[in-house]
Amino acid sequence: MSGLITNNMSTIVANSLFEQLTSAFHTLEDTNESPALKALRQEAYTRFEKKGFPTVKNEDWKYTNIHSLVNKTYILNKDVDVANLDLAKADIPGLDAHRIVLINGQYVLAFSSLEDELGIVVKPIEEAEGEEAFQKHFAQHADKTDSALVALNTALFTSGLYLSVAKNKVVSKPIQIVHVATGEEDFFVQTRNLYVLEANAEAEIIETFITSDGSAYNLNNKVTEIVLEENAKLQHYYLQQASDAGHYINHTEVYQTRHSLYNNYNCNFPGVSFVRNDINVRLDAENVESHLYGVNLLADRQLVDNHTVVDHMKPHCESYEWYKNIPQDEATAVFNGKIFVREDAQKTNAFQQNNNLLLGEKSAVYTKPQLEIFADDVKCSHGCTMGQFDNEALFYLRSRGISEESARVLLVHAFAFDVTSRFSNDAVQAYVEDLVEKGLYSE
Amino acid sequence: MLTIKNLYASVEDKQILKGLNLEVKAGEVHAIMGPNGAGKSTLGNVLAGRDSYEVNGGEALLEGVDLLEMSPEDRAREGLFLAFQYPVEIPGVSNINFLKTAVNDIREYKGLPPMEAKEFLQMVKEKQKLVEFSANLANRSLNEGFSGGEKKRNEIFQLAMLNPKLAILDETDSGLDIDALRIVAKGVNELRSKDNAFVVITHYQRLLDYIVPDFVHVLYDGRIVKTGPKELALELEEKGYDWLRELDAQNA
Repeated sequence: MSGLITNNMSTIVANSLFEQLTSAFHTLEDTNESPALKALRQEAYTRFEKKGFPTVKNEDWKYTNIHSLVNKTYILNKDVDVANLDLAKADIPGLDAHRIVLINGQYVLAFSSLEDELGIVVKPIEEAEGEEAFQKHFAQHADKTDSALVALNTALFTSGLYLSVAKNKVVSKPIQIVHVATGEEDFFVQTRNLYVLEANAEAEIIETFITSDGSAYNLNNKVTEIVLEENAKLQHYYLQQASDAGHYINHTEVYQTRHSLYNNYNCNFPGVSFVRNDINVRLDAENVESHLYGVNLLADRQLVDNHTVVDHMKPHCESYEWYKNIPQDEATAVFNGKIFVREDAQKTNAFQQNNNLLLGEKSAVYTKPQLEIFADDVKCSHGCTMGQFDNEALFYLRSRGISEESARVLLVHAFAFDVTSRFSNDAVQAYVEDLVEKGLYSE
Repeated sequence: MLTIKNLYASVEDKQILKGLNLEVKAGEVHAIMGPNGAGKSTLGNVLAGRDSYEVNGGEALLEGVDLLEMSPEDRAREGLFLAFQYPVEIPGVSNINFLKTAVNDIREYKGLPPMEAKEFLQMVKEKQKLVEFSANLANRSLNEGFSGGEKKRNEIFQLAMLNPKLAILDETDSGLDIDALRIVAKGVNELRSKDNAFVVITHYQRLLDYIVPDFVHVLYDGRIVKTGPKELALELEEKGYDWLRELDAQNA
């Protein structure tokens, strides 16, 4: 991988990230990766080069302009300083969990406590090539989408996490993955993760995103592929708590087989400037169940865009999606929920709901449910609501002696409760409810 | 306890209250009756501080404290309670959590520490008996899916929990069948004491059979035009309100 450590010259010569990446790719040939991986990278790079970064002319990026993010230069792949790292921001009260720390995408073993768990393999993705599951699944799922950013990640990722849970293994406690962004000059990071749960395995993964104090502007292009084999169960949390220096483009591709269960809880809070999440779930066998939940409390001029795809490929599957957006100030929330029900996928049960509580006079929500149904015996529903604070409810609460601030907290709490009450982990639920409360401005 | 002097209030530039005077002493129950549009509900809402109502003159003092300059929550903390004509449904806010927040916010205002959980639950248990309010209802979302009667009983339950100095019941009898009316009235009667007072706003004399007032006031065109003993309610029931027009004209 050392070949990827870029000559810093490119930050001077290049005008844009694209140019930097182009020159970075040409230094790749010197690495000692396998021919198979090199071929994958080459093929992905060709795709990226052809497509380039998406613009607002692309329907999927209509409201989410990355122009200013990619028309600048960054430090690429700088070695990180592990000393004096403050991880307290990622602490979740009452949560007993294994902890894995990735600094700018690089796996830092020292903070982990997973040694005692048999049946779990955790290693840097750049050392995982020899793993059977890696050979079977790496770049076999996310790269099937036509995402230019996934292609870019495959072509040029430098680090990330490989995690597999062996057959029948139920992980004894949650695994918290802390993603720390830190750097003194503007930097670009590409993290690549692969999580594989073998048959009947069960795990709970909590991914927390934080920024170290005073860190420079950073852009993170992260791809996570997740494979759930037969009857595997994964509870998967994203807690986005980065600072306004942070800009994130995350692609999560989930591939599910028979009787598996995947639950995603995607939570974004005030701070981080820009987030684009693509969460795609492929239900490629019978009796698969998937739940996608979202709570997005935004403030200032944040933009958080959640694009989801629930792809019903086979019969007798169930999906359930519920996203709540609460933009304050001048924040923008985007929700785009695609549900595909393919011709084979009879007896599908798919539910989608998006509720929005606009608290800022200049806040905005763009929401689009998108259902494409090719089977004829299915149950699909979707709904969307837009609203503001209910003044009647506020007055009612205040007339009982409750302060305006507490009344707002109660009402927002109630708004989010449909989703937070479904969290599988009580400590995380309480933590998220607390972050929602803290993130609310009393005006 | 409550002193209202020459109160003027309007909604959307429409003058509703036109110089209302009222004096309520501790231990008393006052009934306010009157035709539609006379300003009965406006009085309750203005006192509680609903912001769509504008006060154009006069004053309202609760034990000497000027209510009209205060936020709705501070009025409640000073001891005012409005039982709503149409209690609001708030899905996702549990009745109990709501009451705990209210009780403790009021205690904080008075410089008291939060109530112990055990003590709070004991009080809930005791007070819900007063209005035959089941634990099931108390634990549900605030008023969500409650019947009309359950909502009104919940208002009296809240009243019992918050123990205000002055309670205004805004048409608490509307939409109640006779059994629910009895339960609500029984609750109110048990809460009556020499230290608190009630203002009962109603269209109908029926409620006053159960909550017997010390005084009956007739509100007409934004003013109290007649005050009498409880028998006045019967007279109004019999004669209607038309004859008041002449009375109002004479007073003016």
